[in-house]
Amino acid sequence: MADHSHEHHPELGFWRKYVFSVDHKVIGIQYAITGLLFLLMGFCLMMLMRWQLAYPGEALPILGSLFGEDKMPGGIMLPEFYNQLGAMHGTIMVFLGVVPLAVGGFGNYVVPLQIGAPDMAFPRLNMMSYWVYLMGGLVMVASFFVPGGAAQSGWTSYPPLANIASSGQTFWLLGMVLLITSSLFGAVNFITTIIQLRADGLTFFKLPFFVWAQFVTAFLLLLAFPPLEAAGFMQLMDRLMDTSFFMPSGLVVSGEVLQNSGGGSPLLWQHLFWFLAHPEVYVLILPALGIVAEVIANNTRKPLWGYKSLVYSVIFLGFMSFIVWAHHMFITGMGSFMNAFFQTTTMIISIPSVIILTALIFSLWGGSIRFNTPMLFAVAFLPMFGIGGLTGLPLGLSASDIHLHDTYYVIAHFHYVVAPGTIFGLFAGIYYWYPKATGRMMNETLGKIHFWGSLICMNGIFLPMFVQGMAGMQRRLYDGGSIYAHAQETLDLHLMIGVSAWLMAIFQIPFIINFFLSLKKGKAVSENPWHATTLEWAAPSPPPHGNFATEPVVYGNPYEYSVPGADKDYSPQFEPTQTTPPPGEAEAQPAGG
Amino acid sequence: MSEAIPYTVDARPDTGLNNVKIGIWLFLASEVMLFGALFAAYILLRVGADEWPVGSEILNVPLATLNTVVLISSSVTMVMAWASLIRKDFGKYRLYMGLTILCALGFLVIKYIEYSSKIHHGYLPETNTFLAIYFTLTGLHGLHVVGGAAMNAYLWGPGAKMWKTAPQQFINRVEASGLFWHFVDLVWIFLFPVLYLL
Ligand code: HEM
Ligand SMILES: [Cu+2]
Repeated sequence: MADHSHEHHPELGFWRKYVFSVDHKVIGIQYAITGLLFLLMGFCLMMLMRWQLAYPGEALPILGSLFGEDKMPGGIMLPEFYNQLGAMHGTIMVFLGVVPLAVGGFGNYVVPLQIGAPDMAFPRLNMMSYWVYLMGGLVMVASFFVPGGAAQSGWTSYPPLANIASSGQTFWLLGMVLLITSSLFGAVNFITTIIQLRADGLTFFKLPFFVWAQFVTAFLLLLAFPPLEAAGFMQLMDRLMDTSFFMPSGLVVSGEVLQNSGGGSPLLWQHLFWFLAHPEVYVLILPALGIVAEVIANNTRKPLWGYKSLVYSVIFLGFMSFIVWAHHMFITGMGSFMNAFFQTTTMIISIPSVIILTALIFSLWGGSIRFNTPMLFAVAFLPMFGIGGLTGLPLGLSASDIHLHDTYYVIAHFHYVVAPGTIFGLFAGIYYWYPKATGRMMNETLGKIHFWGSLICMNGIFLPMFVQGMAGMQRRLYDGGSIYAHAQETLDLHLMIGVSAWLMAIFQIPFIINFFLSLKKGKAVSENPWHATTLEWAAPSPPPHGNFATEPVVYGNPYEYSVPGADKDYSPQFEPTQTTPPPGEAEAQPAGG
Repeated sequence: MSEAIPYTVDARPDTGLNNVKIGIWLFLASEVMLFGALFAAYILLRVGADEWPVGSEILNVPLATLNTVVLISSSVTMVMAWASLIRKDFGKYRLYMGLTILCALGFLVIKYIEYSSKIHHGYLPETNTFLAIYFTLTGLHGLHVVGGAAMNAYLWGPGAKMWKTAPQQFINRVEASGLFWHFVDLVWIFLFPVLYLL
């Protein structure tokens, strides 16, 4: 273990300190800021789409002329451009926004602190993973400016369409390869750090739940991403070397038979893609769950209900997520045996999710809850994620999926999980750890405006989509379904969704103001403003390079709130108490897991 | 440099492992998934194909056999290099590591001969799906050989300075590089029968 970690560090120059830093906290903040910017960008793309859906074929005032004749002639959006917006919105949100913010940002910043480590196990690898991520992101975004524009085949890049799409698709693939490499570096680093750098006395079952969530997430990234990388190589070969891994023979495009060598299988791509992309949804959600657990325990002033069941559930979830991927492929004609298998595993994987959600709800029971901004976001996460999860069940049953597949119902379902779900969790985390990272509190009033506005608008956006989807409106439609007779009655909802989305944008402004204003004007705080129990609150706010003034030692469980007989309502892990002997004496638990 | 964390050469008592070893094993796990996916693709494509060429009729089996021997020998010399360091015999280390690198270069030269004769005969990735997967798998494997050889060359040359300053850390690095090298070897041992013989 690192025992020389608290020597004085020489002053570093500006570049070393803030740009090419190896400090996990700086890298975490770099990741978080970049991720937030990409979220904003993905959001803007979506706003353009919503304009087109609310007013199909009408010119976009003022902004429209900015995009040029090849994208929006006369301010009217071309279908190709709509497809680019859709594909890039999905890709940017998932791979450049949420995951970097949740794993790269929060994981990097919080995990070493919560386990009492001075840094990550491989600091330089950590720095590299950020820069490779940034490069991947830039390659992705650059694709808007190549001839033919950005990728148009959705965030799933399904062949054969993706194979014959314009050169933006090649950029998409190259960007993905870089992003995969970056998350591979990150995953190796996280797992090694959590196994090796835990403070004295911090056994696996004393880890905060957030660390567990990041641990499982890292395994998912490590093992699920490489198959997509392999698939990406193959699609690159298909596009650049005229191979036909994913191209069936005799494909007719624009009236002509394609001259490729044939014999490939578009379904092969789907298998490889979803083998990543299903675990990926847990990569999106688990860190947020971890944050919500931290915030709830802290603000109910009670231990988390069923800590061990939470941990076992999240491990089981990680395992199962590798054998459910083909529930995205029920209507590809895999056959009823395969459908039955994947339907069953999908139903099984919903069990741990329900256990986790239930445990978090029980954790609220009987607490004297403090409703500060992080807590509001964390509490709102529960029903939103609940709606998202429950509406997933009909999609996991192959019979009902036939009707719902690729409709707005799907869009609504997964957005409930990732937008009011995950993103609320991430907001909770920002408000919760902001004082640790900056030494100042964020403003509560602005925070509450941000929260209530977002909560209402989110539902205004996504609830109507369930209705549209059940009415049969397909996703990825440039005209929002107006050519479909059966969808007519739900078309009006597009307007409501659009208005909600614009309001939603407005309600992010207080957050942005708050974020910057509080850096200077926020109330200054000491180490532990929330009276929390986990290790990160033992470090100064903000923590210096190397983190802790003295190497922390862990005595108790992570969430010892309101311990009977204690003199205050919380006993931090890092303070010895009468009830828990120091480590080494009564340490019967083996460090394994 | 990483100022915050001094490099730890010792195993953590309760896990019994040092950081680098965990890191390299995790990396190899992801590599298994990478090549596993390509092998799975190979199987799926082959099972779904109307006809599938016999590898031995298109590819050069004797050359590939030679390459197998070269690569297995390099794994042996790699172990010897590491073992020499344990026995504190730096001269022997240089020798065996040098041989390992030479074997890697030999492998690449033979591969180059194979590739160029394929291309010369008009056997290109686009010719059929078998050749497509052949070029993809062996190409990716070849890149791994290049990477491993570069790493070893670094440890043979400039990286070897560390032997004076931090011998245990250096041994750990050589060991990690060796584990990677054995993995590259192992992949080839799968590739050879699957592509050339079956
Ligand atoms: C408030 C925020 C958001 C709104 C209003 C929104 C809206 C939309 C809309 C209108 C579509 C297009 C559906 C279609 O093509 O018919 C879409 C697609 C999508 N969104 Fe979002 N979205 C939001 C946030 C997110 C987030 C946070 C994520 C992921 C983390 C995400 C991931 C996706 C994906 C993967 C697609 C599918 C793209 C495709 O079809 O290729 N979105 N979203
Ligand atoms: Cu799934």
